[in-house]
Amino acid sequence: MGRITLENVQKRFGEVEVIPPLNLTIEDGEFVVFVGPSGCGKSTLLRLIAGLEDVSGGEIRIDGRPATDLPPAKRGLAMVFQSYALYPHMSVRKNIAFPLKMAGMDQAEQDRRIAKAAEALNLTDYLDRRPGQLSGGQRQRVAIGRAIVREPAAFLFDEPLSNLDAALRVGMRMEISELHTTLATTMIYVTHDQVEAMTMADKIVVLRAGNIEQVGTPLDLYREPRNVFVAGFIGSPKMNLLEGEHARAHGCKTIGIRPEHLDVVDSGGTFTGKIGVAEHLGSDTFFHVHIPGMAEPMTVRASGEVGLRHGDPIHLAPQADKIHRFDDKGLRIS
Amino acid sequence: MARAITTRKKVMWTALSWGIGLLIFFPILWTFLTSFKTEATAIADPPVWFAFDWTLENYRAVQERSNYPLALTNSIIIAVGSTILGIAIAVPAAWAMAFVPGRRTKDVLLWMLSTKMLPAVGVLYPLVLLAKWLGVMDSRILLIVVLMLINLPIIVWMLYTYFREIPGEILEAARMDGASLRNEIIYVLTPMAIPGIASTILLNIILAWNEAFWTILLTTVDAAPLTKFIASFSAPEGLFYAKLSAASMMAIAPILVMGWFSQKQLVRGLTFGAVK
Amino acid sequence: MATQHSRSAARLMIAPAVFVLLVWMLIPLCMTLYFSFADYRPMRATFEPWIGFDNYVSFVTSSSFTNSVITTLQMVGGILCITIAGGIALALLLDQPIFGQGVVRILVIAPFFVMPTVSALVWKNMFFNVDNGLFSYLYKALGLQPYDFLSQAPVFSIVVIVAWQWLPFATLILLTAVQSLSSEQLEAAEMDGAPGWARFWYIILPHLSRAITVVILIQTIFLLSVFAEIFVTTNGAFGTRTLTYLVYQRVLESQNIGLGSAGGIIAVILANIVAIFLMRIVGKNLDN
Repeated sequence: MGRITLENVQKRFGEVEVIPPLNLTIEDGEFVVFVGPSGCGKSTLLRLIAGLEDVSGGEIRIDGRPATDLPPAKRGLAMVFQSYALYPHMSVRKNIAFPLKMAGMDQAEQDRRIAKAAEALNLTDYLDRRPGQLSGGQRQRVAIGRAIVREPAAFLFDEPLSNLDAALRVGMRMEISELHTTLATTMIYVTHDQVEAMTMADKIVVLRAGNIEQVGTPLDLYREPRNVFVAGFIGSPKMNLLEGEHARAHGCKTIGIRPEHLDVVDSGGTFTGKIGVAEHLGSDTFFHVHIPGMAEPMTVRASGEVGLRHGDPIHLAPQADKIHRFDDKGLRIS
Repeated sequence: MARAITTRKKVMWTALSWGIGLLIFFPILWTFLTSFKTEATAIADPPVWFAFDWTLENYRAVQERSNYPLALTNSIIIAVGSTILGIAIAVPAAWAMAFVPGRRTKDVLLWMLSTKMLPAVGVLYPLVLLAKWLGVMDSRILLIVVLMLINLPIIVWMLYTYFREIPGEILEAARMDGASLRNEIIYVLTPMAIPGIASTILLNIILAWNEAFWTILLTTVDAAPLTKFIASFSAPEGLFYAKLSAASMMAIAPILVMGWFSQKQLVRGLTFGAVK
Repeated sequence: MATQHSRSAARLMIAPAVFVLLVWMLIPLCMTLYFSFADYRPMRATFEPWIGFDNYVSFVTSSSFTNSVITTLQMVGGILCITIAGGIALALLLDQPIFGQGVVRILVIAPFFVMPTVSALVWKNMFFNVDNGLFSYLYKALGLQPYDFLSQAPVFSIVVIVAWQWLPFATLILLTAVQSLSSEQLEAAEMDGAPGWARFWYIILPHLSRAITVVILIQTIFLLSVFAEIFVTTNGAFGTRTLTYLVYQRVLESQNIGLGSAGGIIAVILANIVAIFLMRIVGKNLDN
């Protein structure tokens, strides 16, 4: 069981309010991703849940029991750190055994659980090595192994993939998702990478300056971003946000059009400009289009191979039903 | 860095380095050689280099001088004692400053350093007076405490810099894994900090062993360590070079060996982390 | 990382260290301060608790004070020059690829681990001694008149002894600094056409400037209180009385506690001036 409730949780460091009062419920078995730019308070929020920092106010409940004043060890949570935080002086086996040893579990049960975790994570051959002798991906698995043997109420991940190279990252992403399907345990995952958030989460919590900007499924956030910030943060390449004349035409302060919702047309269209950089990926083609009167180039995503190049003129037509409109305060107008 | 260095150049640099190295080392080498000579050979004119009858007589003679074994014992007890006491006080303090830094941590550290810079003569008489008043003048315990105090800032500082290299996340991981503060220190921090603690101990023993202000002025006979014992040779007693050399070698040999092992730590310990 | 619990535990753990150092610093220092305003000569059973600044005035105006300051400056300055120049040269030398580098390093740093009384005695008797010292043999071998170092050039002799002891320290620190200089920087300079001396002057020396400052400050603090070397060699005679030594003589030899304490306070003040600069550097380093 792992239902985590935050009620008016806030955090101040001295005079600085890092997290203003915040409410959030994480259901049992959910994979929740906290995402936001660096310094948005997502890691702090995770550490508050873990008990590594004291809250300055509010209440944290785990499975309905108040946990606000419990030390980290008593909360029944396991955490995977950004640096993996493996104990360098212990073998992989001892690393994984450490939480069990601290819990005073008998040896036979310890061995059984370690064997099971090692099996699941492909670590059986490495149990007697030291962390220093392992590759980045293997270290990551040891850190996960150390977390799963405890059978915690919830897993906390603090940017666990940021130290891996791009190829490994994709692989580990899948492994963690699979782990979640197998264990069906609550997972809270912190990242600044919106791709990780979109691909892994059941529920995404977008944070900015300690405030929750929006909570929802990945597709909710993609389809109906609640404000300009979320609109610009979720989706890759980034949504084109236009102000001024084009926005006024739609009766609002800002309009947003995703690159994939701009069609390349032979003539006419709403926007006409010149192609700056063209990125040919094969499956897709990205154009950065310079449009007279606009400060920023507009990004367009065309499917497949498109025979246009740098300097070519281009005509763009947005899909009418996919235009997002935002008011003076940056909030979505539906 | 990948560059072929001509052997000729390397040989030239080698010869120069070895020449200068030996020149700097020469006083110690000469003392070493002299310690195996007879008193007559020791002052022979011209000086004898290697071709003499090597004898252990001087070492025997020095050891038989009643106060050498006492001085040696005193040196060991004082250096080791002050180090253990200092480590016991410094480890918790350094732990706290490294892992639970507060707003005033930096000020406390700098203040501790500033006590190290207090010239000893500034507090000479009060210390003599207090020692006499407490009846601990010329006692090992007095020197253990005084040397601990003068080296405590260095111990705290060295441990602090070592502890700071241990990532806080690892200790947090231990906390998440259910370790109490005690278990965290026993199973995670201490094993990781052992190399740092060991080199701190080493450097501190060296500093305490060689301390030659308080050890000379606060002792007479009973607690006099080797520094004081050697200083007593300063009034010449005729032909005594060989014995002086033997006594000197015995006083410096163990520390020389320890010092060679701790050269890296020396930089860290004595510059307070200002040079990396 | 910091929770309320760990913070109060931390305070408890720092307390002993802070307490002992506070006691160590405050009690004797206050006593010295107190004595420095008193006329206190236990041998003559004189004790007058308040004579104002008389001790300071007579300490500072006596010619022995002026001489001791000059001697101190000569010694510290001389030792610093030798150790810094020698240290830079040795650091650059030891940074070269040579055979048996480890052994040479060991030879060079050895003097630092020799206890001050031993090095003073060895130099005094086996090198400087006018009858049997090695230098005398050397002079005679060259057909020169043997030179009595300790009585004819006493300050210089002590400078040699102490510089020999501290050269390894300067070398080690400067070597650490030299090794932290990226070879790419030097190679870039070489590509830019800088000859050897220019690379030293424009790249290496500026890179070392911080280490040099640290060496100067730390050595100054230790050198201001050089004691055993003087105690063993000249016992303060022949104009080798430094400020430290003068205070020691006033306090323990002539037992003029008031006067000596005033001198002690002056020494504390002078050392603090150096200390402030050192603390600035160390403090800045603490921030990053």
